[in-house]
Amino acid sequence: MADDLAPPAPRPGAVEALLGEYRPTPGIPDELMRPDGTMRAAWAPLISHLAAQDPETRAASFARGDQYLHDTGVYFLQSDAKGGPMPRDWPLSHVPVIISGAEWADLAGGIAQRAELLERVMADLYGPATLVRGGMLPPELLTRNPEWLRPVVGTRPRSGHFLHLLAFEIGRSPDGSWFVLGDRTQAPSGAGFALENRMASGRIFPELFPRANVERLAGFFRGFRDALNGMRASEEGRVAILSPGQHTDTYYEHAYIARYLGFMLLETGDLKVENGALTVRTTRGPVPIDVLWRRLDARFADPLELDEGSALGTPGMVSALRAGAMTMVNCLGSGVLESRALMAFLPRIAREVLGEPLKLPNIATWWCGQDRERDYVAANLDRMMIGPALSTRLPFDISGTTALGGRFRAGAEQSVADWLAREGGALCGQEAVTLSTTPAMIDGQLVPRPMVVRVFAARTPQGWTVMPGGYARIGQTDDPTALAMQSGGSVADVWVVGDAPVSLDTLTAPQRDGAFSRRHPGLLPARAGDNLFWLGRYTERAETAVRILRAYHLRIAAYGETPLPLLEALEAHMAGLDLDPEAPLPEPLLAMFDHAVGCAAGVRDRFSTDGWNALNDLARTARDLATRVKPGDDAARAMSVLLRKLAGFSGLVHENMFRFDGWRFLTIGRALERAIQMAAMLERFADFDSPSGGYDVAVELGDSVMTHRRRYSVETYQNTVMDLLALDGDNPRSLVFQLAVLTEQEEKLSGTGRASQRGEAARALLSLRTELEIAAPDALTADRLAAIRGQLLQVSTMISTQYLG
Amino acid sequence: MLYDIRLAISYDYDSPAGASRSLLRMLPRGSADQQLLMGEVSTDPMPSWRRDGVDFFGNATTEVAHDRPLREIEFRFEGRVQRNAPLQGLDLSPPWPALAPEIAAIHSVAPDAPHHFLGASPRLPAAPEIARFCRSVVSEDMTALTATRAVSDALHALFDFNPEATEVTTAPIDAFRARAGVCQDISHVMITGLRSLGIPAGYVSGFLRTEPPKGKPRLEGADAMHAWVTAWCGAETGWMQVDPTNAMDAGLDHVEVALGRDYGDVAPVKGSLRSSGSHTTTHAVDVVPVG
Repeated sequence: MADDLAPPAPRPGAVEALLGEYRPTPGIPDELMRPDGTMRAAWAPLISHLAAQDPETRAASFARGDQYLHDTGVYFLQSDAKGGPMPRDWPLSHVPVIISGAEWADLAGGIAQRAELLERVMADLYGPATLVRGGMLPPELLTRNPEWLRPVVGTRPRSGHFLHLLAFEIGRSPDGSWFVLGDRTQAPSGAGFALENRMASGRIFPELFPRANVERLAGFFRGFRDALNGMRASEEGRVAILSPGQHTDTYYEHAYIARYLGFMLLETGDLKVENGALTVRTTRGPVPIDVLWRRLDARFADPLELDEGSALGTPGMVSALRAGAMTMVNCLGSGVLESRALMAFLPRIAREVLGEPLKLPNIATWWCGQDRERDYVAANLDRMMIGPALSTRLPFDISGTTALGGRFRAGAEQSVADWLAREGGALCGQEAVTLSTTPAMIDGQLVPRPMVVRVFAARTPQGWTVMPGGYARIGQTDDPTALAMQSGGSVADVWVVGDAPVSLDTLTAPQRDGAFSRRHPGLLPARAGDNLFWLGRYTERAETAVRILRAYHLRIAAYGETPLPLLEALEAHMAGLDLDPEAPLPEPLLAMFDHAVGCAAGVRDRFSTDGWNALNDLARTARDLATRVKPGDDAARAMSVLLRKLAGFSGLVHENMFRFDGWRFLTIGRALERAIQMAAMLERFADFDSPSGGYDVAVELGDSVMTHRRRYSVETYQNTVMDLLALDGDNPRSLVFQLAVLTEQEEKLSGTGRASQRGEAARALLSLRTELEIAAPDALTADRLAAIRGQLLQVSTMISTQYLG
Repeated sequence: MLYDIRLAISYDYDSPAGASRSLLRMLPRGSADQQLLMGEVSTDPMPSWRRDGVDFFGNATTEVAHDRPLREIEFRFEGRVQRNAPLQGLDLSPPWPALAPEIAAIHSVAPDAPHHFLGASPRLPAAPEIARFCRSVVSEDMTALTATRAVSDALHALFDFNPEATEVTTAPIDAFRARAGVCQDISHVMITGLRSLGIPAGYVSGFLRTEPPKGKPRLEGADAMHAWVTAWCGAETGWMQVDPTNAMDAGLDHVEVALGRDYGDVAPVKGSLRSSGSHTTTHAVDVVPVG
């Protein structure tokens, strides 16, 4: 390694200074320090790096990570004070958790063993139930468990396996060994967030990271992606991710993973079971789905056979699964493995089923439906967390009906002993564990904070693989009990650090045999098409609104509020868009931006981060301006700001978006709205009867003032305005131009150009286009324009019905 | 007894309902006490796709899909059933408070295991009011079967049979407070009550013979599908069926169609018709003895 690339060495004593105040709690293991106060070897390069930085450099490094996370827009939803969902900024703790490669190898072995055990248990619970018959598992843990899905019993998964992706919440106990706090088997989240944390830490430590021997994550994702693709029944089969939708707390991750791995992101409304097969409604008709990676809790998956009240489900999903029409990751019903009480029985089941003890123990758990266990829990209340036996929450995710150390959280009246006696079967006790601590940088000081790590295992044809890294959560206080994890806190990257340099690896690295996987960019779920279509319409409508507001406020500034016919016409036109002349930025305008953001939010997987940020910036700016802008000149200037931002957004979208069907719907939405608004505007301001000054307004709203001046060298008049804004095929704002865009894009969508095969929308568009191509300017009267507008609105309905329904 | 049975459930929509998928449980069960001699489930119009199967609890299911929008649809069963009188012996069931150890000794999650039928089920949450009422009508020395009949009789006396009082989605606690409802409500309340006593109890859907034998009164619930209760009365006695709507044991007049934890497990038609307008349902049953 060349010397000029070597990291700056810390000043003598800098490491000691950095760690001077770092004091782990005695009796609590610390990730950074041994009990004797010396540093663990794997941490040395990171600590030395941090010590070499002056506070400003360090702050700037951390800020790079935060900036990255801010720019990608990563968030998760949290409940606000009123219980509504609220996006929360990503709370990254900048110092990663470091685990040595040797220790990790042991841990990964334990994880793989546990994954295999859970697969066997799952296959038994949905198969012969020998664990119950042999007395290894009480029947009521299944029969009273809402996650044990009777309609799935007897199902033999097409892939041969029930489980494909699992997560485990692990912590380190006082003796230094790792243990599992909870198994995440239903639809584990966090792997994508772990990847985002990694991207951020790569930016925080750009000099250190490449030479720090940190195991890369991409190989894990590539293996899992290939495994999913490999489970397709045929090359034409498709893999999709099923999300509950943009209102779910981890939607960002669903969209992120879909984009990263190149899978379609679907919601249940996109899916339909047809002739026994699972299909997705796309803008090109139904297409079969072969492998479904489910991020939706099972009970909501099918209102016919699971939760009847589910508004989310796909009727027939269970039936299709039972019939082996697709592979589901993980199989419906896997949530039963998350039940807390199951952990009371897993150690014995492991010996029975695997013939060996658990390499990685789980949190000590006692099911209180058994006399001995209940008595034990009752006798040791002070070191117990007692809660619902069938709860799938993590031990530290404590609800009102949890007793801790013999006291109720919610101050219920009955005593814990009575509670145990009366409802024992519904309860379990779990040891009130302590966690290890790891350094967090708080106010410029490294301080020990408790942590848990979520680790991930994926099934591949070669067996279970464990992601070398994870998603760490860091407690907010130094309370070493697991309780510190329940109130927010922060998250951190996990570095598995080996002794040898690791090779660069990215997801997109070519495979050894030179094969590459080709995606199907043409395939667009109908819902995504609908969102993009309306995104186009809303942003264009907003632009129209902004232009008319600018024209209005410029004239207010020039003429004052004297009642001129032109001002009245402007006000009438604004009323058509529901814009109140009294408010410089009326609420309906702000709502248009919000609707546009809402549409984009539903297609995050298909939308560039830059485009998304530009759109959000637009909506935020408009809200901000609305609080302080005054009518007249000030408002006109504000509109110019918004117009520039709108142009920026359109530029990003139209310059950078791949010309696939999604872009076409966006473009069609925009052209359609532009044509509708142009027709309405010409109808009011460019008619022979329009008020004085109307032609100028029309040219201004059509953003064609300079062109008109250069081209016609006369004052604006009905025929020149009509010629320029309705009939000139070279003017990107004219009606004819929009119709050319619409006919061309619609033709590409339908994939046909021949008259005999044209659909309803194509025929209507062609007829309108022809009518305009041959129209004379003075033939475009207000009545004629109104009729054209009506036809355009019909086209909108036709396109929705034909492609997006 | 031999019965010829016809069941027709039809839906009429104000505006055509989009592509639909339905799950039917309309075919009578086979059991020790009854055999389906012939018969089938059908729909009008014919489905574009159909699959017949058996659900977890052993009920026959028919899944049907209709691709085209429908203005009306009818689901039918027609067939012949042989019904035998259930064995009526001495009541050998243990006192109901002694059921718990018997249940605990059963290491099974097979469909007939009592464990499925204790505790809450999707439509039947615990209801302390119902529990208190049921506890007040049984004494500790009653056998499980006697207690089951006692609860059935008490609810029969309490309830006013009134189809106007409730709907198919009415919660049992509301029907209990109103003291009115139909067989579904009374059965739901009884199941909730039995479970609170620790007696495993399930829901049976089925038919009653339409016209009573000479000299006997017409039973309530004969004009539509009927519902009653099955209760587990110990390992020796097993499952016993009691009809609280008519305060009697289920017998020769009852034909069993489907069995589950509550109505949600046995609904004759579960469907997902997408329609913007409203719809009307009609429901016709004929159970005619033929010898």
